[in-house]
Amino acid sequence: MDFSGYRTQGYYDELIEDSGAPRPPAVPLLDRLLELEEGEIQHRQRAAERAMFESGTTFNVYHEEQATERIIPFDVVPRILEAHVWDRVEQGLRQRIQALNHFLTDIYGPQHILHDGTVPREFVDLGNITFQKCMTLRPPRGVWCHISGIDLVRTGDDEFHVLEDNLRCPSGVSYVLENRRVLKQTFPRVFGSLPIRSVDDYAEKLLATLEHLAPLGVDRPKTVVLTPGIYNSAYFEHSYLAQQMGVPLVEGSDLIVHDGFVKMKTTHGLRRVDVIYRRIDDDFLDPGCFNPDSALGVRGIMDVYRSGRVALANAPGAGIADNKVIYAFVPKMIEYYLDQEPILPNVETFLCGRDADCRHVLDNLDELVVKPANEAGGKGIMVGPHASQAERDAYAELIAENPRGYIAQPTLSLSRVPTVVGDGLEGRHVDLRPYILYGKDIYVLPGGLTRVALRKGSLVVNSSQGGGTKDTWVLSDNGHAPSISI
Amino acid sequence: MLLSRVANSIYWMSRYIERAENIARFIDVNLQLSLDQFTSAGDPWAPLIEVTGDAEDFKSRYDRPTRANVMRFLTLDRAYPNSIANCITLARDNARTIRDIITSEMWQQINALHITVTRAADDAIREDRPVEFYHAVKEGCLLFAAHTDATMSHNEGFEFCKLGRMLERADKTSRVMDVKYFLLLPDAEDVGGALDVVQWAALLRSVGALEMYRQVHGVITPGNVAAFLILNPQFPRSLTHGLLQAQGALTQIVGPGNRHTAEVERRLGRLRSRLQFGQIDEIIDTGLHEFIDRTQLELNRIDESIDEAFFRYTPPAEDVFAQQAAQMQQ
Repeated sequence: MDFSGYRTQGYYDELIEDSGAPRPPAVPLLDRLLELEEGEIQHRQRAAERAMFESGTTFNVYHEEQATERIIPFDVVPRILEAHVWDRVEQGLRQRIQALNHFLTDIYGPQHILHDGTVPREFVDLGNITFQKCMTLRPPRGVWCHISGIDLVRTGDDEFHVLEDNLRCPSGVSYVLENRRVLKQTFPRVFGSLPIRSVDDYAEKLLATLEHLAPLGVDRPKTVVLTPGIYNSAYFEHSYLAQQMGVPLVEGSDLIVHDGFVKMKTTHGLRRVDVIYRRIDDDFLDPGCFNPDSALGVRGIMDVYRSGRVALANAPGAGIADNKVIYAFVPKMIEYYLDQEPILPNVETFLCGRDADCRHVLDNLDELVVKPANEAGGKGIMVGPHASQAERDAYAELIAENPRGYIAQPTLSLSRVPTVVGDGLEGRHVDLRPYILYGKDIYVLPGGLTRVALRKGSLVVNSSQGGGTKDTWVLSDNGHAPSISI
Repeated sequence: MLLSRVANSIYWMSRYIERAENIARFIDVNLQLSLDQFTSAGDPWAPLIEVTGDAEDFKSRYDRPTRANVMRFLTLDRAYPNSIANCITLARDNARTIRDIITSEMWQQINALHITVTRAADDAIREDRPVEFYHAVKEGCLLFAAHTDATMSHNEGFEFCKLGRMLERADKTSRVMDVKYFLLLPDAEDVGGALDVVQWAALLRSVGALEMYRQVHGVITPGNVAAFLILNPQFPRSLTHGLLQAQGALTQIVGPGNRHTAEVERRLGRLRSRLQFGQIDEIIDTGLHEFIDRTQLELNRIDESIDEAFFRYTPPAEDVFAQQAAQMQQ
């Protein structure tokens, strides 16, 4: 194929330099793409999509009564990260997750960081009912966020910024694993010529992380994945992870609190459960403790958790640190708890709850991205430069009514990666969600989920809004493919 | 050891597939029969509604049991819970919740069946090659059973599959025999009178039994047909065969030391032995219809016992937290 007309258009392109030459680690891939005959890239693209559909890597879209299964759009051109770039990102992620964990231990305990004013008390939602109910909890082994996904954006060669900390039930890791499986079929020869770090051991590491939490004295802990059920959009992932770990996938109705333990209902009667990787939010976990209307959870499970007879991952209450206001204070937490300089900076963030920030935001709505503090998945975001005057006026009102509910950030010039468009390649903006496991040690999955905004010029990467995914290759240090010894 | 919900889904996935296959067989045979232009035994379509046991449902929405109405009701009618289209959808709904338990071959085969059925427009089935459609359903269902057998470990889930399939098959064979036998031979005294051989052959064919029957009994007599379909232990769609297989599956599932399964084991074992050691003369003397009626009643009870023993087992309440809370209130 021919991509001589490819232009980086002033953005940082991860595979191609401004001059049009491939970046060194991308040479084998781009050489291979050059060799492809006309139409071949589209052919491979379709084959990859088919492979995903057949393996059931789908999510459900509901229109009226009919449910249809779709794949999240997948682009076959991978993103490539060099070893030294990734290693620094990985260190930054380790640092950040440690600081967040310290913060959670502190905030549910002595609250030093509030008492000395490092994080002003008014910015933490202490009146939150979930927070209050978790106040006396001590999670096993002192870890709160066992599985997290921290969203990053790249703006230059070595410039990564943290965009969001996902500490509740971050999803997408199954796509990382499936994307890799499919891409190995798409470009097998390129895999042979680059030292790409494997992602295959994620399920093993996840299981080890979970089993590490088992109540003391349990030799062979029974671990399960708890899903809200098949109507959840991430159900494929729940089922996939359960299958890969070889543990049961349970729904709330499969579990019961009996005799002081959480047990699952089996064909051979009740069986004790020791560790639960729960993919339902705190609010729905226990109708007896949180939302009384929840039909998804297990009545009494929080009592068992409090007694130490079952472990939950992530720990209930961890979500308080997954909030766009708290986010703004994470660099301070890193200095406060770890006495280190943050390796990965935040995006500059204006807290509308501060008078000076709020005035700045209202005066500059046409240049800023406004986000509600407590929403996820790109909901309620206003991109100032792309919005109409009427939309900006509406947001100005919303902010004035509830300043603490909003934050604003400058629009960033996100990096781009060549993406298949028709029979050619065009640059599209991407972000990155690496996955971090915090058990006995901290493990960072090499790479993570690259989300790509498939619409021309768009900065929104969420799958619900025209986003797709790419495989992410992290190269090993030595720069050569691992040689096969005979 | 399986989650109760999972076992329940496997059992019903398998039952619904078997149900769809049986209905497709019945309709297929009727279609062939109605191509032969003599209809001495009257219209063959009304009895098919009797076989389902859902005549009330049919009458509430259709005026007469014409070929078109009956085919529509049994094949694509979404308002009828046991239509082929609904059976396949229900099987797929069950399969969807246990995709981590079944194999991808099984899942893909259910999907293929689902596509065959959802794409089949009403008219296309009736006017354009209905025979091909019912063959496709029948083969699709058989292929699913084959994938189950050849790709899934023969573990507890597999045994629940088998249990569901065998009980459903026994139920369907007994129903078709009950209705047709009574229709073709209203008076037991007529045994030995002039036979409508074409109709009897059609009964055997509707459960795929004609060729195997010939090998054992040769010419068709009502007594031998009943004996073959009820008592022959080797024919895969006979009642006795179904119950023997179901009991085998249950034995594998129960294993040692499972104390809440006594009821289902007893019920299944008792019905199996009544069939296995039954004699056709005795059965006909005491009334074939009564015998089948009782068999069906027992099959229903077995299904209820399976439900209680495996899917809905709830322990006696001994919730320590509830007890502690109660003590604190005292």
